[in-house]
Amino acid sequence: MKIVIASGKGGTGKTTLSVNLATALAGVTTTGLLDCDVEEPNCHLYVKPAFAPTEPVGTPIPVVDEELCTGCGLCARACEFNALLALPGVPLLLPELCHNCGVCAYVCPEKAISEVDREVGMLGAGEVHGMYFRWGLLHVGEARSTPLVRAVKDLTDAPALHTVIIDAPPGVACPAVEAMRGADFAVLVTEPTPFGLHDLRLAVETARQLAMPCGVVINRVGIGDSRVHDYCAQEDLPILLEIPDDRRIAEACSRGEVFAAVDGAFADKLRVFASDLEARVQRAVTR
Amino acid sequence: MTAAPSPSAPGHSGPQLPVPRQLVVLSGKGGTGKTSVVAALATLASNKVLADCDVDAPDLHLLLDPRRVQSEPFVSGKEARIVPERCSACGDCMDNCRFDAIGMTRLDSGRSVYVVDPVACEGCGMCARVCTSGAVELQDAERGEWFVSDTRHGPLVHARLNIGGENSGKLVTLVRNKAQELAQEINAGLVLVDGPPGIGCPVIASVTGADLVLAVTEPTVSGAHDLLRAADLVTGFGIPLAVCINKVDLNPDMAAIIRGVCAERDFPVVGELSYDTAVVRAQVEGKSIVEHGGGVADQIRDLWKTVESLLAKVEE
Repeated sequence: MKIVIASGKGGTGKTTLSVNLATALAGVTTTGLLDCDVEEPNCHLYVKPAFAPTEPVGTPIPVVDEELCTGCGLCARACEFNALLALPGVPLLLPELCHNCGVCAYVCPEKAISEVDREVGMLGAGEVHGMYFRWGLLHVGEARSTPLVRAVKDLTDAPALHTVIIDAPPGVACPAVEAMRGADFAVLVTEPTPFGLHDLRLAVETARQLAMPCGVVINRVGIGDSRVHDYCAQEDLPILLEIPDDRRIAEACSRGEVFAAVDGAFADKLRVFASDLEARVQRAVTR
Repeated sequence: MTAAPSPSAPGHSGPQLPVPRQLVVLSGKGGTGKTSVVAALATLASNKVLADCDVDAPDLHLLLDPRRVQSEPFVSGKEARIVPERCSACGDCMDNCRFDAIGMTRLDSGRSVYVVDPVACEGCGMCARVCTSGAVELQDAERGEWFVSDTRHGPLVHARLNIGGENSGKLVTLVRNKAQELAQEINAGLVLVDGPPGIGCPVIASVTGADLVLAVTEPTVSGAHDLLRAADLVTGFGIPLAVCINKVDLNPDMAAIIRGVCAERDFPVVGELSYDTAVVRAQVEGKSIVEHGGGVADQIRDLWKTVESLLAKVEE
């Protein structure tokens, strides 16, 4: 099963839940952990892989063959993203605006446009602590992270995995949606505060738009108020897990420690949570 | 387009007609306290316009009780739609779409046709070009809304990006430019921007044209890691960066490491805020921590004094 750990709001505990869940399941079942927050990845700070992200990931951008180009400007007019400027002679490419859609090459009557890969980030993958871990690191200054998110999610070269845990970036814009797409179930992590509630609503709306079954994990229970619980009841959203506001967990996280690796009771709780998820995924499939 | 802020004339201290300066609050990592800090600064700073540039999960308005005075659709780019009656189900559109945005659906008549997933569609128009049946229509895409509101701490420009919305950077730029224009109109000296998490397109759009970036971090391995990536982005644009360490007592060792890195890289640490449950209580009451009061409120007052003096230096 493929579980995506998402949230509208940042800092609610997506990465904490992802690494703790993966750690609790590693050794029990074949487990994969994919860090799809390629702008600010953090899972590696906890699972501490021996490998760095060294495999370059590129996204195709057009190159114009000056010999063949007649300067007709069709490509620039066809580009919906204004990434090509028609100039006398060959068009000028603004690579940061390019969405790599391929339209310019398609419309060029002279077949003067080909595509080359432009590196946008690095990918790392391998075994660590009994789990398969995959993560991406976007180059600083790159605007579009979705191609790298896709590369992190590409499990073609990965071993067979029973459980795949995807740590999504915050928000509901394209990087978060790209991380969520294709998962069997969305676990939406929030905290019982007005910000947590507001952004949970957005995350729920996102899951529903993707027609993805979802449930809620409430982190730092004890702070704030009861409105997140009330909302879940109203919306008939299952509360899958509640994690108390526990300074020990916060401090372990601050040091880069995985609480489930040292606290057996917490690890057990997460394994029960995982079997509950599995049952929910099964039910969603049969429905 | 708004004109970029120009440096004031020499010797002009500028109380009567200041060019609005832009202070952008960022963090890299989400949930470090950007919005709480911005709301507190909004309480302390006089004569400013507020801008919430976290357009996909905006929260600042929750503390400001805004009254909307203007509401506009954000139309940007295109989106494709396949007219089912004209679709011959050849599949060329799906084969040529690079965004996995086209799938199949079965009509009531039992016939299968192709359909566009609006969340995945980036609006490039490839499908319309390859379709030999003329079944694909490209329409202007409404990808969100933006607003100007009145709040007890001055005007707020904010927005709401649709789910999976493309062009979040363009919406951020729109919000920022609108706030800058408004500040010039009402003769406000400051645009205070609540930025998005991460380092991607909405963050790049948020910091473009900023006079000073205040990065709010926390003493955790993630906070430190993400701060440095955000710092690389900001300094790459040549924008000065100041740092605020939030929840500083959570991990004193990590706080010391962050102070060390900041000293090395010449980022002034302009404030250190204690972990205080009053921040969440203030949020529940819809107030800023300064309005709510407490120890952290005093720390933020000190922070603001330092930031103000940095902004004055930027102006020189």
